[in-house]
Amino acid sequence: MKKTHLNFAGTPLSNEVFVNNKVSITESNPNAQYEYDTGLGIGKFLQGLKEGKILGTHCEKCNRTVVPPRIFCELCFGTQISWKELKTTGRVNTFSLCYVNWDATIIKEPHIPAVIEIDGATPPCGIMHLIDEVRPEDVKIGMKVQAVFKDERERQGSITDIKYWVPIK
Amino acid sequence: MTIKRKPQSHVAVVGAGMTKFLRRALETPKELAFEAAQAALESANMTLDDIDCVIHGTAPDAFDGVHMKGEYLSDGSGGWNKPYIRCYVGGGTGVFAPIHGWLHIASGMFETALVVCEEKMSSCLPHPQGAFLTIFDNFIERPLKPNLLWIFAMEMNRYMNTYGISVRDIAHVSVKNKANALLHPAAQLGAELTVDEVVNSPIMAWPVHRLMVSPPSDGACAVVLANEKRAKKITKKPVWISGVGWNLDTSYWTNRDLAYPQYVEKAARMAYEMAGIREPKKEINIVEPYDPFAYKELHHLEGLLLADRGKACELAIDGISARTGNMPVCPSGGLLGVGNPIAAAGLMKVCELFWQLREEAGPRQVPGKPETGLAQAWGDLMQVGTVIIMRNKK
Amino acid sequence: MSDKVAIVGVGISRPQKETPDISYKEMVYEAAVSSYNDAALASHRDIDGFVTCAEDFLEGTSIFDEYTPDQLGAVQKPVHTICGDFLHGLAIATMKIKTGLMDIVAVEAHSKASNIKTYYHIVNYALDPVWNRPLNVNPYYVAGLEMRYFMNNTNTSEEEIAQVVVKNKKNALHNDLNCFGASVSRKEVLKSQTTFSPLRELHMSKHVDGAFVFVLAHESVAKKLQKNPVWITGCGWSSDSPTLETRNWDECEYAKRSTYMALKQAGLKNLNQFDFFEIDDTFAYKELQHLEGIGLYEKGSAGKACLNGDLNTDGKTPVNISGGTLGVGALLEASGGIRALEIVKQLRGDSGKRQLQKAKRALALSWRGIPTTSGVVLTFEGPK
Repeated sequence: MKKTHLNFAGTPLSNEVFVNNKVSITESNPNAQYEYDTGLGIGKFLQGLKEGKILGTHCEKCNRTVVPPRIFCELCFGTQISWKELKTTGRVNTFSLCYVNWDATIIKEPHIPAVIEIDGATPPCGIMHLIDEVRPEDVKIGMKVQAVFKDERERQGSITDIKYWVPIK
Repeated sequence: MTIKRKPQSHVAVVGAGMTKFLRRALETPKELAFEAAQAALESANMTLDDIDCVIHGTAPDAFDGVHMKGEYLSDGSGGWNKPYIRCYVGGGTGVFAPIHGWLHIASGMFETALVVCEEKMSSCLPHPQGAFLTIFDNFIERPLKPNLLWIFAMEMNRYMNTYGISVRDIAHVSVKNKANALLHPAAQLGAELTVDEVVNSPIMAWPVHRLMVSPPSDGACAVVLANEKRAKKITKKPVWISGVGWNLDTSYWTNRDLAYPQYVEKAARMAYEMAGIREPKKEINIVEPYDPFAYKELHHLEGLLLADRGKACELAIDGISARTGNMPVCPSGGLLGVGNPIAAAGLMKVCELFWQLREEAGPRQVPGKPETGLAQAWGDLMQVGTVIIMRNKK
Repeated sequence: MSDKVAIVGVGISRPQKETPDISYKEMVYEAAVSSYNDAALASHRDIDGFVTCAEDFLEGTSIFDEYTPDQLGAVQKPVHTICGDFLHGLAIATMKIKTGLMDIVAVEAHSKASNIKTYYHIVNYALDPVWNRPLNVNPYYVAGLEMRYFMNNTNTSEEEIAQVVVKNKKNALHNDLNCFGASVSRKEVLKSQTTFSPLRELHMSKHVDGAFVFVLAHESVAKKLQKNPVWITGCGWSSDSPTLETRNWDECEYAKRSTYMALKQAGLKNLNQFDFFEIDDTFAYKELQHLEGIGLYEKGSAGKACLNGDLNTDGKTPVNISGGTLGVGALLEASGGIRALEIVKQLRGDSGKRQLQKAKRALALSWRGIPTTSGVVLTFEGPK
């Protein structure tokens, strides 16, 4: 019979057929490993995190300070860039309360990812990170937050050198 | 953006086909692609020999679990010994693939094209969601172990906060689309729901509730394109591609205003200019915006200049965007109702417009003899807008 | 229907074995800036559209096209990614311009091969998950299989194939981009370690990092941007079967069909009018297989031509004056850039020591590598 727009192909599978081995399956695990070159922009940013600093770059032509920093401006396409140390405080631009893990399992205490506009950068420039030490219902857009860094000895030059952000009381 | 010169030929959609959208399909990725491609060819009474080139669209290789997925799918898509190319703009691919097909024909290089989009997300274990980890920036985002819900929930929150829109306002979209999908034979999640049921469904990543998210799906769609000369011989009811547009914003999404999709507006303007549309609200009869989340339908309607900023929810609340309303939005049932096999989802919308504009949508048919439809897809890190405008008159 | 398209600007980030000090974004930026300067563009904003070439698993990032616009100056512009070689990108960009939508389109491809730690495993991930992958063998055996078939089917000898390596590595010594240029003898090639028999170590191109950005323009604006535009006269691309079990091992179908399509567009009946060729040599035998596939040589005679010196830069039909990927290095999807760049330089009269006296028309062919049977052919003509 012609498979037209009145009669679509596709055979649904239920969980049951997998549990009872009614379909044959092949499993495959990709072995995909990479070591990425950070380059000048992100390299220096991560180095800054290791030192407990948040760095940004300023484009002289566009008069814009951005974070994460980059050695060229994607708007004017120029390199009139200077480095700036930004504050370790910021403002919540947006956030979510996430009750689902990346493998789709449910979690009780939500993760609180947020976009945090960093003080010293041109709004709305910010980075994504996590908020903690706060009741989920108290998180608000516009809330002022402070970065909490790991102990100096534990820092590796990674975004996770900042453990999370907490509300400024 | 101003169009420079006239295209070598008008291009029409002359056939369309799709598989069911399912949570888990028995069919392999190649078989899914084949079923959709064959259905599209049969609907146009054509065979693969009549096809000059094949365009394939599929999203992350990580889902189906094959590197160079496009190559792997080439035989299922009819690309054997033909000029075959895969285009890829994340979720925007479903509408971009037919645009890519349009490029092939409007350039004068080919007369007919087969466009196939496929996705088999169920292969990815333990859950396809995990594959999205690798879309984030490898240096400053992935170590935080983000999941896809984070960014959509954050965008939705910013949108709501900026315009004072509530979850309840947005819930009307889920109700509308899932109800519309009950009449789509390929739909995965058609349902009769109330606004309360949507609002009370479990919170996944606040403010996103379970009934406001489209599911992962397996599925494939295909359309056949032809130049003017061939289209007229193939079918009495060609549906013309009058406008195409696409636009990609910066990868630095945390530096952008998330409340408004500027790149969707730019893509729309490119398509409107090409189609000669000056007042989109008046001239577009059916809209199929990308709705992987309920709020996205609204966000996109505003970017498409079909609703004022912050006001799109009124269209759903007041029934204007219902199938029988003044501007039907997602009469197909959208991604929320039909399903979301990432790349194929956008092409499902193009198929819907094809059937609607030929009055072949059966019980889903929008009344009033619609002439002009718009389909839009979106994706990447909330960065890309792809727009196609179709008309049943040239 | 005279809608001619030309390459008006070229830029590179030079191929290197490793590039630890720059990120891929910074590498592409470097290539883009030099390309836009070469095209005398007043601003990056004058570019109407962009085409980038990438595969997720080679980048280590899913939906890689997210990360393409910034370093090209393409923010909020029509940008899209194709999964293909750089030459595919040039073909699609040519197509975009011929639709009339755009006048100026930039094309980008890059390689950060040095960042991929498990390359063979990733290539294996491209094999069929049900029929081939479970064999759990280094997928380069596919090249070994094809090479043996080719040698048997065409009576091409080991010596002939070894000569390809000798020629290309020697040619590369004159190419300032080269990473693997060397004076090797056929004997050395034949003594090199057998890897996937009959494939040997020295038959195989090695990966390097690098980036290419080209600017293409419609004839109405081409001459304003570049004194010496190089015209793309024909584009052809084709894919045979992706499965090992059903593909045609006899003929190089993708080369044949792509050439047919490109020549038709160029209005040419055969390859007689071409002065030189830049042909994929990922594995040494592939150069010969491709030369027979495009119809430049009859079945079984490409190897003899190589041994005769006919394929040398001063020979009858110069092939891979650039040194090919054997000499320069393989750049994943950007390998086609080596070929296109050589052609642009030659046709502009800009090739220094390796400049051909007569450089009017050239043909380039790329293959997408194991396990594909996808290829693309572009034909070029010099400025008038």
